[in-house]
Amino acid sequence: MMTDTDLAGTGYPAERVSLVDLLDRVLARGVVVTGEITLSIAEVDLVVISLRALLTSVSALVGTEPEGE
Amino acid sequence: MSEDTGIWTYAITEDGHLSGPDGEVDLSWVTGVGEAKVRIITCSGLTALVSDVSLAEFGEGALRENLENLDWLDEVAREHHYVIDAAARLFPLLPVRLATVYSGDAAVCAALAEHNGQLFDALGRVGGRVEWGVKAYPAQEPEAAPESGKPESDKAGPAPPAGNLAGGGAGEDAGPGGGAGLAYLKRRRAQLTAARETKATAVNAAQAVHADLTAKATDTRLYPAQSAQLSGVRQPMLLNAAYLLDPGDSVTFTAAVAGLATAHRELRIELTGPWPPYSFAGDDDGH
Repeated sequence: MMTDTDLAGTGYPAERVSLVDLLDRVLARGVVVTGEITLSIAEVDLVVISLRALLTSVSALVGTEPEGE
Repeated sequence: MSEDTGIWTYAITEDGHLSGPDGEVDLSWVTGVGEAKVRIITCSGLTALVSDVSLAEFGEGALRENLENLDWLDEVAREHHYVIDAAARLFPLLPVRLATVYSGDAAVCAALAEHNGQLFDALGRVGGRVEWGVKAYPAQEPEAAPESGKPESDKAGPAPPAGNLAGGGAGEDAGPGGGAGLAYLKRRRAQLTAARETKATAVNAAQAVHADLTAKATDTRLYPAQSAQLSGVRQPMLLNAAYLLDPGDSVTFTAAVAGLATAHRELRIELTGPWPPYSFAGDDDGH
């Protein structure tokens, strides 16, 4: 899951960017050009998106982390 | 334009950036969302990089549902990023937020005209620049229960002696049991204090790193800490920032990050990039 390189490594990120870093940028940022668009992501509750998406499928992605606490 | 086709938008650039002394930029080799060919729409001096998408998958209702499917989101986010990343290596551009889908070419033109001033401004500000992401965590594993000041939360700590700790009777219960209980209590308090201090040191170090890097960057954006569930990192994220730079400054910037990582052993610092200038394409508040 963690694909970006630690600085102890080469100092350059791996080819495949990590999804979480990518979602920070493409979901919450990028220029918003409203107009006759089918759906502005700004109108969608991002918290809802990330939570629902995470809760439904992230356990499979992250693996067998014990649910402590 | 067919009724059931929408226009997915990746990026916006100035018309003039697509042709130069070396000829026209060729984007025919780039495929985007749903493996559709990327094409351009030019209006009002601006050019949008777009591709056709099926409204059955990318229309409003379908998008709302699909955005909540992490596998779908993963694939589409990567396809969107691939186009922006490839194009940003060829000419200055503004990344467009994911899932900006217009009803047709005319709607794209109308939007480019409506936001013309804002888009040219933003292109002047971030076009051709790159961003680097820097994340910081505490270097060491967190203590068993650094947040809780409760001595009885000792699941992972050393086993308490037999004396009653929680009841408060340890002190008056004169004898070896009481002394051991007090010693344990002191030790546990010292552990918790040390853990709090370690955390405070790391938080301060992360702030110092951010201040140092901000001074080296053209602009800076702070992101909220990432979900531990999604990142898979259990340690608290102390810094999640993006720094905007001229591409020529990347070498000195990344060297500075490496230097800070060496100077701040109390932190684990991660560097990502160079990214197209996603974090800076919109206004300060991300819109």
